[in-house]
Amino acid sequence: MSRTESDVVLSVDHVKKKIGRKWIIKDVSFEIREGEVFGFLGPNGAGKTTTIRMLVDLIKPTEGMIKVCGYDVNRQQEQALQYVGSIVENPEMYSFLTGWENLEHFARMQPGIDQDRIREVVEIVRMDKRIHDKVSTYSLGMRQRLGIAQALLGRPKLLILDEPTNGLDPKGIKEMRQFIHRLAAEGMAVFVSSHLLSEIQLLCDRVAIISRGNVLAVGGVQELIQDSSGYVVWHVSPPDLGLQLLDKMPECEVIETPSEVLDDSVLAGMSERAVVTRIQEEDISRAVHHLVSSNVQVLGVNRINPTLEQLFLQMTEGESIE
Amino acid sequence: MNNILPLIQNECIKVIKKKRFYVILLVILLLVPMFTYAQVKSAERNQGKFNDDWRLELQQRITDNQNSLGSDRIPEEWKQYRLIFIQQMQYYLDQDVNPNQPTGVNFTREFMNNAVSLFIPLLIMAIASDLVSGERTNGTIKMLLTRPVKRWKVLFSKLVTLVMFVSLIILATYAIAYGISGLAFGYKGFQLPVFTGFRINGSDVDVSSVHAVPQWQYLMMQAGLVWFVSLSVAMLAFMVSVLVRSTAASIVVMMAALISGTILTNMASAWTSAKYLFMVNLNLTSYLEGSLPPIEGMTLNFSLAVLGIWALAAVIISFTVFTRRDILN
Repeated sequence: MSRTESDVVLSVDHVKKKIGRKWIIKDVSFEIREGEVFGFLGPNGAGKTTTIRMLVDLIKPTEGMIKVCGYDVNRQQEQALQYVGSIVENPEMYSFLTGWENLEHFARMQPGIDQDRIREVVEIVRMDKRIHDKVSTYSLGMRQRLGIAQALLGRPKLLILDEPTNGLDPKGIKEMRQFIHRLAAEGMAVFVSSHLLSEIQLLCDRVAIISRGNVLAVGGVQELIQDSSGYVVWHVSPPDLGLQLLDKMPECEVIETPSEVLDDSVLAGMSERAVVTRIQEEDISRAVHHLVSSNVQVLGVNRINPTLEQLFLQMTEGESIE
Repeated sequence: MNNILPLIQNECIKVIKKKRFYVILLVILLLVPMFTYAQVKSAERNQGKFNDDWRLELQQRITDNQNSLGSDRIPEEWKQYRLIFIQQMQYYLDQDVNPNQPTGVNFTREFMNNAVSLFIPLLIMAIASDLVSGERTNGTIKMLLTRPVKRWKVLFSKLVTLVMFVSLIILATYAIAYGISGLAFGYKGFQLPVFTGFRINGSDVDVSSVHAVPQWQYLMMQAGLVWFVSLSVAMLAFMVSVLVRSTAASIVVMMAALISGTILTNMASAWTSAKYLFMVNLNLTSYLEGSLPPIEGMTLNFSLAVLGIWALAAVIISFTVFTRRDILN
């Protein structure tokens, strides 16, 4: 798949930010293309929100350049920001106005948005029933939707959402995911920040992993997963003999403490007698054969793809996620 | 320039929907009847005492003040005030003009004279102090500044809105004061003469340039000065609102400045360089009346210049800070 320059909606080029004497953002670079859902993953305090604020000209970078559709965000705000819809942190709207009045307010700030367009975005986020109520009466989920309606008003090419599933119930989260995929399918570039790894995995095509103001890796979500070797969970009987045999195979490494490498959700569904190993894909059938020929019954072999969490732990050498 | 108008419309809608302006109107509507009632009471008492003859009453006040001049317990500065007051009242008596005729117009004039340095600035703060810091307090500044509009345009629209509402507040105060006091004192009195142009040399009043103007004309001049004071206070409150993150802090800062002005004015004279502070220069209408300025060397032009410079500086600082600052929270 070849990408041309014109596909790039957002380019962030070696951006740095110093606040006081501290470098909050040390070096951040990435690009987002049309129709792509781009994840921005990092623990709290890694610099996600600071970066997002620089993308929408709330903060000026100390060094580096941010361009939206070819326009410098800090020097040509009016041209650049017309292509951007965003929610930075919480979707804070004027609580003393109704949802509709809020949308009218923001519509007036950009030429070419008429009443029909407001009606359209209200329908997109399915707010038609409550849109004429005061925002102070809205639930968090509704505020989130109103925030998105606001972001969509100007038919943006780039949608920036800061932790969009925060505070939503499971149904709301699922709806949000479908919604984001739909927008991307229509050609919009969507930038989503999150500290939830599962979220990014389900939502994004590509991801940048950020920690302490540095981008550790940028790549396709699948690529990043395939790059690191997978884990395999064995259910064998008798377990002791099975463990012995697997341990003796040179191509197979038995993990003594699986809780250190596996996600809690995986561990929860695993029997205590299961054996966790690290083994290459092509060696698995040989290992099975070896077990079976030594009269060990193989009850189950489960490959477990590493989660982004493991990836993250490897990259940051154990800095905690939360 | 076309895209500024919708921004101003936005700001006006927000001020109105926030109900700040209604609160201000409500405050005026509650306070004016109170002062009117006080005025009615004092008029009644004087009527009983002097058989409705204002000349007797005025003569009595002049005599009272003259007697107090001999007392050692009265501070020097007060004596000067009274000396000037006596000479002015004597002038009114000589010209056979009642300076305190109880009419709606007269009440309005007196009320505005007293309201200009604290009451009206307080009302203005209710809007000005919230204009920018309010957006930061509730976080909407992030949505406001991520739209494709330059920051100076956003701030400029707020400034224009502020000027409009300041003007509206002054108009409303005049209208309500006249409307309510008129119920008690009648709506006449626009043609009555008022003397202006007293010049003060030390403790002497120079009456050579004194001339009578009809009340309505006096009210217009007064309104102009009130408007100027109000605008400069509004600009300063606006700047504080840009600099300070929370509306509450913004109000407290301005309130402290205004009240310190009142205190300094009363302490008066000794610290002469205090005259360069904006808050002792708020009482512009007193120059029109011809009363002694709080600090020696202050004239109408001086005060106008001081207020003008402070206001201009406030606007420059507001725009510089607002267009450059990082929005971190």
